[in-house]
Amino acid sequence: MSLAVARPEPGSRARRANRPNRALGRSGFRGGAQSGHSRRRTPYILIAPAAALMSVFLVYPIASVLYYSLQRYNVTQPWDDGFVGLDNFRQLLFHDPLFWSSLGFTAKWVGVEVGLQLVFGLGLALLVNETFIARGFARALVFSPWAVSGVLTTGIWVLLYNPTTGIFRYLADAGIGHQGTAVLAEPGMVFPAVVITELWRGVPFFAILLLADLQSISGELYDAASVDGAGRFQRFRYITLPHLRDVIVLATLLRAVWEFNNVDLLYTLTGGGPAQQTMTLPLYVAQKAVDAHDFGYGSALTVIAFVILLFFSILYLRVSKFGKEAE
Amino acid sequence: MISTVRRRPRRWRFEARNRPEVLFPLALYLLFTLIPFYWMLVFAFRPTGSNAILPTDLTLDHFRTVWTGLGFGIFFRNSLLVGVATLLVVSVFALSGGYALARYNFGGRKVFLLALLCTQFIPGAMMLIPLFEIFRQLHLVNNLWALVIAETTFQLPLSLILMSGFIRNIPIDLEEAAWVDGCSRFRGFLAIVLPLLRPALVAVGSFAFIGSWNNFLFALMFMSNQSKFTIPVGLSYTLGEFDVDFGALAAGGVVAAVPVVLVFAVVQRYLVTGLSAGAVKG
Repeated sequence: MSLAVARPEPGSRARRANRPNRALGRSGFRGGAQSGHSRRRTPYILIAPAAALMSVFLVYPIASVLYYSLQRYNVTQPWDDGFVGLDNFRQLLFHDPLFWSSLGFTAKWVGVEVGLQLVFGLGLALLVNETFIARGFARALVFSPWAVSGVLTTGIWVLLYNPTTGIFRYLADAGIGHQGTAVLAEPGMVFPAVVITELWRGVPFFAILLLADLQSISGELYDAASVDGAGRFQRFRYITLPHLRDVIVLATLLRAVWEFNNVDLLYTLTGGGPAQQTMTLPLYVAQKAVDAHDFGYGSALTVIAFVILLFFSILYLRVSKFGKEAE
Repeated sequence: MISTVRRRPRRWRFEARNRPEVLFPLALYLLFTLIPFYWMLVFAFRPTGSNAILPTDLTLDHFRTVWTGLGFGIFFRNSLLVGVATLLVVSVFALSGGYALARYNFGGRKVFLLALLCTQFIPGAMMLIPLFEIFRQLHLVNNLWALVIAETTFQLPLSLILMSGFIRNIPIDLEEAAWVDGCSRFRGFLAIVLPLLRPALVAVGSFAFIGSWNNFLFALMFMSNQSKFTIPVGLSYTLGEFDVDFGALAAGGVVAAVPVVLVFAVVQRYLVTGLSAGAVKG
């Protein structure tokens, strides 16, 4: 049992990518019962189900989004359907202020969420990596919001935020803040409120990923550094942080993409409101698709969102020189 | 090489018991994590009209309302069916595909791996429209299989990456010994590899189940008939009422939370080790 969950040897992550795969390298000796012909076919048969599913339900849909984006296509107005060229794009770029404001909010949302999640996630990972009483139990508790869905998160925080029986009422009773504060309806308070809600669910993800990597740092490194007189902060700065670099880059990127695409929470918590203040681009797409059934315009928005995601992902990987030090 | 638990240097263990500089911030963070959960439990179990924050007068009325009145019994069954089906399909496909990726060097392997990574950038919300079109043509709208298919497709890439990482960590010598003894590749896999993969299967299967249990947008888009709603959709309708019944919302939340919390309790031991074994390293 321990074999399967075994960690690679400490500090091997950078080298791991370039290390020839031992299992693959020994291709000369494979299961003896197979003929050469079927041996070559086996891996393709094994990946076929996954590949087929992904081509039909991922690759084909992406292609079809491009096609729909050039159509006027609204399920509720079928008489208007037809090819319109770039009209949808012209409309959204030049005549749709909501597109631009949603784009602006998306940037703010992703930046603030990912930044704060990284900071708190790193702090939390460092904390639960220490040795203390009931560590396993504490880890299970602090990681648990990770498993909670966006809609359930909304449900829980609506209970917490509601003005009549929420936590602010009790705080107000105790003399902190005002009675009847509806944080989700007040333009000045809605942003911090949704940010905190998503932090509750998002920080554990970072903490889990970073903790996984923290555990692969050899204790001997810290011992050696201590012997050389390095303090706690120096050990963190010169051992922990460089070791975590790749995971931080990868986790930040993944999380940025996920927060960009985060629809469940905002759709149910604010619905983009108040006054479209918390409308992200994917939320706009989802509303066009689910509520308005405007598939043509929604597809055009989707294409734009794809391009933005792709551009920033490539840019981010370039700037952070991900994995470069391994070469 | 196969170190299960790294032993800390002994002198750290002595100073380890009561450390205020660790325990104090951790306790603060625990409050932030647990107060929302506690709030939900209080609302779910206290009678309507009560304002007690401490559990004094408990009732199951809200659960009765939610389970039979609002249809959460049916939603629960739907979510469970979709979750278990997704778990099974993802596990089988991830095992076969993961084995191929870990143990064979075939043309197109690199491209396939790259494609798997790229899928992580594909937003579910963006696929709503084209997937809806596909399912409409397949006559799968308002059919739970649409959810199983969509879920499986989105869960599979990460599961494949994870599983191939797990399989790669099992020394191939073990399998080779079985082949020398006359086992076929498949029998060797069943007899040697599969038993060692139990923790991997637990991890991958639980991810698939939790992901499927939690998914909201697919069910919202592809299921319009109330008898096919899943738990998150049901919960969102409870939320969407003009005058939200907080007791019912909280009880629905508890119903939604219990299965994932149970699964999480089982899987969280493997979460950290599982990720360090494969996923993060790509």
